[in-house]
Amino acid sequence: MVPLSYYLVLSGILFACGVAGFLIKRNIITIFMSIELMLNGVNLSFVAFAAHWKMLAGQIFVFFILVVAAAEAAVGLAIIIAIYRTRETLNVDQVNLLKL
Amino acid sequence: MNLLVQRHPINSALSLITVMAALAGEYLLLGAEFVAALQVIVYAGAIMVLFVFVIMLLNAGEEERTSGSRVAILFGVPGMLLGSLLVAWVVLRHSGTGAVAVGALPGPPKTIGQMLFHEFLLPFEVTSILILIAIMGAVVLASRPTVAGSPPKKVND
Repeated sequence: MVPLSYYLVLSGILFACGVAGFLIKRNIITIFMSIELMLNGVNLSFVAFAAHWKMLAGQIFVFFILVVAAAEAAVGLAIIIAIYRTRETLNVDQVNLLKL
Repeated sequence: MNLLVQRHPINSALSLITVMAALAGEYLLLGAEFVAALQVIVYAGAIMVLFVFVIMLLNAGEEERTSGSRVAILFGVPGMLLGSLLVAWVVLRHSGTGAVAVGALPGPPKTIGQMLFHEFLLPFEVTSILILIAIMGAVVLASRPTVAGSPPKKVND
């Protein structure tokens, strides 16, 4: 028997790592991976609650999150490739076309 | 955690794969077999292969170190201490309540499939449309922009 709070704490730690990476990292691919990490944290809490409340709907939601994450990864990586073609860099500090 | 520490993107990607695999094991412990299989196949398989492929395609090197702002240190360190204290307090206070049995909720693919196609039919169809649009968008974005007026020529590099 593992307490539910342990799962939630682990999920919170994963989410916090994702947020920290999103804010700290300068490489656009690594930022993308941080987003995936955040989604994973949310998935873990969904599954933990599904098991706790004996409701299978949580796993369905995880399925949907997975699908959306896959779509997001595909589009995002395509955008990264397009940015790299025009800007020749992966550093988000140098992608400042919209800056005044 | 390793994702943050590593400075080369490929190392971050490999550690993220490790995290995904560990999470799949966690789902198995929770009894969600379908989600665990999905995690391994979709996340650790497809998405991470895509990531590694793009990293190698774009030849991503070491990222240069940027100077952290002073505000981040000023607020970040006390905030993080406070947050970890809060988490520790919650764990110590509420551990033992609401225990989840290992393998508590068997999530066989059969049950999930029935739920997916009865109660969640509309969201399922909407996600299929979404992923179709995402595929088309990715192809359009990643394709080489052609010069207006000239016919699209064969890409040979």
